[in-house]
Amino acid sequence: MTISIETLAARIDTRFGERVTRVTSICDELTYEVAKADLVDVAKALRDDDDLQIDQLIDVCGVDYLTYGEVEWKTESATESGFSRGVERKPVILDESDSFDPRRFAVVYHLMSVEQNVRLRLRVFTEENNPPVVPSLVSVWSSANWFEREAFDLLGILFEGHPDLRRIMTDYGFIGHPFRKDFPLSGNVEVKYDSDRGRVVYQPVSIEERTLVPRVIRDDNRYSAELKDDAGNG
Amino acid sequence: MGEIQNFTMNFGPQHPAAHGVLRLVLEMEGEVIYKADPHVGLLHRGTEKLAESKPYNQSIGYMDRLDYVSMMCNEHGYVLAIEKLLGVEVPERAKYIRVMFDEMTRILNHLMWLGAHGLDIGAMTMFLYCFREREDLMDCYEAVSGTRMHATYYRPGGVYRDLPDTMPKYQASKWRSQKEVDRLNEVRDGSLLDFIDAFCDKFPGCVDQYETLLTDNRIWKQRTVNIAVVTPERALNLGFTGPMLRGSGIEWDLRKKQPYEVYDRMDFDIPVGVNGDCYDRYLVRVEEMRQSARIMKQCVAWLRDNPGPVMIDDNKIVPPKRVEMKDDMESLIHHFKLFTEGYCVPEGEAYAAIEHPKGEFGVYIVSDGANKPYRLKIRAPGFAHLAAMSEMVEGHMLADVVAVIGTQDIVFGEIDR
Repeated sequence: MTISIETLAARIDTRFGERVTRVTSICDELTYEVAKADLVDVAKALRDDDDLQIDQLIDVCGVDYLTYGEVEWKTESATESGFSRGVERKPVILDESDSFDPRRFAVVYHLMSVEQNVRLRLRVFTEENNPPVVPSLVSVWSSANWFEREAFDLLGILFEGHPDLRRIMTDYGFIGHPFRKDFPLSGNVEVKYDSDRGRVVYQPVSIEERTLVPRVIRDDNRYSAELKDDAGNG
Repeated sequence: MGEIQNFTMNFGPQHPAAHGVLRLVLEMEGEVIYKADPHVGLLHRGTEKLAESKPYNQSIGYMDRLDYVSMMCNEHGYVLAIEKLLGVEVPERAKYIRVMFDEMTRILNHLMWLGAHGLDIGAMTMFLYCFREREDLMDCYEAVSGTRMHATYYRPGGVYRDLPDTMPKYQASKWRSQKEVDRLNEVRDGSLLDFIDAFCDKFPGCVDQYETLLTDNRIWKQRTVNIAVVTPERALNLGFTGPMLRGSGIEWDLRKKQPYEVYDRMDFDIPVGVNGDCYDRYLVRVEEMRQSARIMKQCVAWLRDNPGPVMIDDNKIVPPKRVEMKDDMESLIHHFKLFTEGYCVPEGEAYAAIEHPKGEFGVYIVSDGANKPYRLKIRAPGFAHLAAMSEMVEGHMLADVVAVIGTQDIVFGEIDR
């Protein structure tokens, strides 16, 4: 049986009430925000309730909202030379503080019901503790296992109750969490073969980081409604 | 009597049956496996992080290199997600072209899978047979995009260009006589559509050949029947999608259930397995190849009769034609702006999923309104499948590991990303 996302939304609203908050979407998708403490309960209910039956966890994605909406380029104060001469780079924020902005790290769960042919997205913010922690969903959906390991490896989000939280993508002995926004694109270390010592060694990265993206534009005249009208009249 | 200890064995990462770079640490009791621990990430390139620092269109090429045996399907997932955020509707003809090439890609992928799977468990001839047909399909890729593998053909707003009227032809050389070249070029005289049409007529016969070699083969059945049985409940819980889910008897196909592009107008069937073992998954994939040829045939018929644009007519997203740029200032500006800055995507998030040959391939984009994605997450079907490796091989013999890797259709480009 196929149900629409509005039907599902109504059922979720009546079932969970205040515990979940619907987030508006620009492309007809159903997204809810859940508090960290409620996550496991909500997930279990989503899976087991007869009128919800969300039987698959499709994906788990960690998101780091550190630089959301910020511009790296600031062309007014361009320096003399270089490709990325207009870039104002923020100093790297070290993770030594005890707390983060509570809305910095989020874990996004993409759920699907094969039974009812409907999709749903849950988002959990990790709140302020450092390192960020959220409860694990492995006990609810087995597929969470590797997806959570990946989020841990790449973003440093810990999953409480995960049976085997090891790194998965990065090299053995890797330091840092590469998908955090304060981790440089070129990385911190590079690998090379040292012929003197006869083995592979790590050394600090020798390439200089630069901005490969052209200026990031958010308010572009091309899209301005006023100017479009002017062009039409003129 | 001394204490009996389990034996730990390292499988790969350099192993011909590991399909790339898989390192498996197997804990064994004699020759029986009771735990497998796959170590992945040896091919991790940080595609998602790279995409976060580039305008949207520059990452299409990365998508080809994810699952490098089903290139255009990866692109499709990515461009669908962008189109969803932009809210653009692709021209009809582009939709048919995409569906046709998706199905072609499915055949390409399944041929590669069938050949490698066969080779892994002892059927050498399969590999040669499969590559014979793959060659023809690679030529179609070449005709339409100029490259045989990493096409970068799909663009947000349509496809890069319309189908060509000619097919690339073979030339005589030291290794190929003129006579042989003439024979090969016979089907290449017409347009690309003629070539694909001829291929679709020929292909079911080729599948019959593969099946003659394998389906009732005693050795093949001994190696696959009742190996790695997954119940429907576990398949769902483990996040299986695509042929892995259908092999376990669940009738689920995004092309039917959540149709995208023009799949709702296509006439095709979804094969479903019964026992959930390697043999059923083999049968499912073989039948999918036949169905794909059927869909391609329908697309060819439609595309012949309905010429039209293959890109949306919006120069804020799609660069103007080369000819227009020569004498139109506006077009020149658009072109410059698009190739330096790209286009801005409205703030928001979108998840687009397609029925990839391996399962559900999803792309999740978080946009903060800039000309590059804020966060890109690729949901690779193989990742969830490989995660279930330990559960699937438990209690089987060492030699069955190879059959399980084969049946999961593992490609490391998409798992490691």
